[in-house]
Amino acid sequence: MLDSLYQFVSIQTLAWLIVALPLAGAAINALIAVATAKRDIGAYRSLVSFAGVVLPMLAFASAAAIFVTMTSFESADPSFITGSLFQWAVTPTLVIDIGLKIDQLSIVMALMVSGVGSLIHLYSVGYMGHDEGYARYFAELNLFLFFMLVLVLADNLILMFVGWEGVGLCSYLLIGFWFEDIAKARAGTKAFIVNRIGDAFFLAGMFLIYAVMASANAPIGSGYFNFEMMSRYNAYFVPMATAISLLLFGGAIGKSAQIPLYVWLPDAMAGPTPVSALIHAATMVTAGVYMVVRLNFIFALSPFALTFVATVGTVTALYAATMGLTQTDIKKILAYSTISQLGYMFLAAGVGAFSAAIFHLVTHAFFKALLFLGAGSVIHAMAGEQDIRNLGGLRYRMPVTCWTFVLAAAAIAGIAPASGFFSKDAILWQAYERGHIVLWAIGFMAAGLTSFYIFRAVGATFFGETNAPLEKFKRAHESPASMIVPMMLLAVLSVFGGLIGVPQVLGGVNRIGTWLSRLIAYEVSHAPEEGAAEMVLMVITLLWSLHFAVLGWVIYSQRREWPEAVARRFGFIYRLVANKYYVDEIYDFLIVRPLNWVSTKILWQTVDDTFIDGIAVHGTARTVGVWANVVSMAETGVLQQYLLYFLIGAVVVVGYLAL
Amino acid sequence: MIITVHHYLMLSIILFVIGAIGVVTRRNALIIFMSIELMLNAVNIAFLAFARWNLLIEGKMIVLFVLAVAAAEAAVGLGIIISIYRNRQTVYVDEMRLLKG
Repeated sequence: MLDSLYQFVSIQTLAWLIVALPLAGAAINALIAVATAKRDIGAYRSLVSFAGVVLPMLAFASAAAIFVTMTSFESADPSFITGSLFQWAVTPTLVIDIGLKIDQLSIVMALMVSGVGSLIHLYSVGYMGHDEGYARYFAELNLFLFFMLVLVLADNLILMFVGWEGVGLCSYLLIGFWFEDIAKARAGTKAFIVNRIGDAFFLAGMFLIYAVMASANAPIGSGYFNFEMMSRYNAYFVPMATAISLLLFGGAIGKSAQIPLYVWLPDAMAGPTPVSALIHAATMVTAGVYMVVRLNFIFALSPFALTFVATVGTVTALYAATMGLTQTDIKKILAYSTISQLGYMFLAAGVGAFSAAIFHLVTHAFFKALLFLGAGSVIHAMAGEQDIRNLGGLRYRMPVTCWTFVLAAAAIAGIAPASGFFSKDAILWQAYERGHIVLWAIGFMAAGLTSFYIFRAVGATFFGETNAPLEKFKRAHESPASMIVPMMLLAVLSVFGGLIGVPQVLGGVNRIGTWLSRLIAYEVSHAPEEGAAEMVLMVITLLWSLHFAVLGWVIYSQRREWPEAVARRFGFIYRLVANKYYVDEIYDFLIVRPLNWVSTKILWQTVDDTFIDGIAVHGTARTVGVWANVVSMAETGVLQQYLLYFLIGAVVVVGYLAL
Repeated sequence: MIITVHHYLMLSIILFVIGAIGVVTRRNALIIFMSIELMLNAVNIAFLAFARWNLLIEGKMIVLFVLAVAAAEAAVGLGIIISIYRNRQTVYVDEMRLLKG
């Protein structure tokens, strides 16, 4: 079947189509959005839905076709490059191509991004159906998909950075989608600014890569930033590997919301819920993890950088999980949960288990997208109610949402045989076997908290008595098919997605590890022995998560007064955690206010008002004015005086000429 | 058709002239502002065309400087336009003849 496809298009063209189709969707929808601005969208609505949903699906189909072709290679390396579409910059010392690289890693990412992306686009048709900015929404969402696919498919670091910044732009636009609400517009600005801090590090890392390659006089080839070139001349990076890795990881900290730059992600929940599902859970925030795995040959050169990545990830995993315990907004719970799960991915990458990081990245995309879509379905049905204290008992009103949400919760909690069980277990086991016992212990604790906070959300939202006003509860109903179908598909993926990486101990094949093995030499050369220890850890982790899951579920559906008593008992700790450790306040005190003070008092009132306005502008005018006053004293209006000046002048002129 | 440096220069000239016409004919300060940006970017295109033609990096560097300056200028310019609007409820330049004698 694929053979007949390749009679019409080459595989390279197919690769370009993956990125071109969402871009076409964005262009069409943007034109419609401009044409119908301030008017009723009318007949264009179906065109928007069509372009916005079908084109991403076709992109997914292209990616799937390429993937199937690649799997048919028996032992040869199936990766290929598209060649350059055009050269962005050519000089003797700098070459930047616009080209795509399809290899085992990028095709997995492209499948995940376009697949989950298509489902969320479909969901958005139902969720955003009544919104005035329908065309604008799809234009921005399609544009996001385009940039994200550029990010994962780029064959060089510069083009990847274009995608990196592009997704940041779309994230900003979509967080502030309802920009008439000033709080939402501010949340978008906050995300953008915090990401700039990380990106400054990322840029510095790229400069350093260029400096290293250029000063080593590496042959220019297809450019110093080309991934092929970077991995071929890997040895040049050895002296600078720690600095480069840490700077690049700085970018990942911003994009993937790790300590200390995670503060933008909870606020990013101001955007529409499908946006949270796609951008702030499944795809964009995992770009940092993807970057670390893509450049694993540089990170592997520096044990310190790897340990740093693992430590930041692990601490974030635990820290964010504790904050997830006390949040009452269902989307905020999921936001902290995302930060925590991203921490797990960095833990995996940091201990050198890059394939486990990608494995968890993919399964997380499935179940976290589903959790957000479920939350969106609830919010949609309950007319915007997001506080879990005002929900409850919804399982009768919306059974599909409820049970898909439970399946996703089981996946994230790591309850066998759902997908999260295999991926989280792979991470924890790798951390343990590679000798990072402390990191393993922290990750283990965070796993328990994860299953507690997520089943707290399940119990409080869908089970027990309802806390919602009765007439609101009675009006709640199951969402339309366009929302339910993507949720059911994602539920299937959340449950069975783990089968791509069943460990050998359980008689499975770690397909994803084998698939990626060509790209992750470090992981393969340091792979620990699989054995009984893995089995023991697996059972302990499962029981640990399971008992917390049951606890969370039962307490928050049947015994809702217990947690309040506990909160009263430990008032100080509860307030500390519930206020998110006052980190926003600390940042406000340490950074925002000093910056405001310097801007207002020094830059504005001193530099601008006193020097520029005061001395330079008004000073010049005043000097001229003063002298004009002095000189004008001569103008007394007395005619005889003027005559005297005239005489003096005449004498001077004549005298000068005569002498 | 082969696209040569001449085509880029023609594009640059066309954009520059459009921008210049915009600056002298439009009344809305915002549009004038956008026209100035258009002129700046027309110059950028010329820089890039020459840089590509001579395989030099300097032209590309200058473009980055122009972009940075243009961004700063946009921030200041928009701030001025907004404060003018707040004071006089208009952004039409022909309603603001303060510099006449």
